[in-house]
Amino acid sequence: MMPDLGRYAVEVSAAYVVSLALIAALVAISLARGARVRRQLREVEARRGRTDV
Amino acid sequence: MSIWEYANPKKFMQTSSAVLPWATALAGAAMLVGLIWGFFFTPDDFRQGSTVKIIFLHVPAAMMAINIWVMMLITSLIWLIRRHHVSALAAKAAAPVGAVMTLIGLFTGAVWGQPMWGTWWAWDPRLTSFLILFLFYLGYIALWEAIEDSDTAADLTSVLCLVGSVFALLSRYAVNFWNQGLHQGASLSLAPGTRMDWAYKAPLYVAMAGFVLFFVALVLLRTRTEIRARRLKALMARERIEA
Repeated sequence: MMPDLGRYAVEVSAAYVVSLALIAALVAISLARGARVRRQLREVEARRGRTDV
Repeated sequence: MSIWEYANPKKFMQTSSAVLPWATALAGAAMLVGLIWGFFFTPDDFRQGSTVKIIFLHVPAAMMAINIWVMMLITSLIWLIRRHHVSALAAKAAAPVGAVMTLIGLFTGAVWGQPMWGTWWAWDPRLTSFLILFLFYLGYIALWEAIEDSDTAADLTSVLCLVGSVFALLSRYAVNFWNQGLHQGASLSLAPGTRMDWAYKAPLYVAMAGFVLFFVALVLLRTRTEIRARRLKALMARERIEA
């Protein structure tokens, strides 16, 4: 299944692993902050009895 | 119907809520197909060997690094001219995505350059302008975080974005301006003459489409968060005044 990357296996694998890890981290951070802000806004709006956004 | 309707946060939230699932699904599918095709099913290059597979990350990431700054420039200008909060928040939401894309471009370029050029880094016009673009991204993000008042932060970051645009354009055209350095010219071009075989070009186009859609999905998600965060800040300030 894994292609034979020959003498450049380390370079090619590192490029994919690091890039995909950076993308995954960016998505995870964005989702986590989105969920946190949404929860906090819901709490404040519930206190004030209003939901606009 | 005018495009400025989307400057209304409520309208933006409604529309983005409908678009986001489709953009996410298409982005995931295109990235998956493009990267799997590129990594597993493309042949080695006769000169570069398997390192040619790095192109499916390097080119889309570098393309997005520049284009995201251009998107930030447009939304910053809209903020400066028309004072629409959603556009300023969209620029703020896009910056970390652009920074990550620039970092991926720099990293994949370094690990590709080492075996091909014999060095991880050279003070080549394109590489140097890309590093400066990355520093501009970091400065832009830091400036947003450093200023308490969001309107002032939007004003100052918009000006910084205008200045940084010189380096965004420079990193795109540096190889054309100065015919020196290690970095090659454009891999993809409308000019006549085959520069790349379709065995590489086809998965590259799919990966590029995936990266564009990924950015669209993520910037919609992050802009929605910024709109909510702005409202949360306003409500909490009102509560403090009332208390």
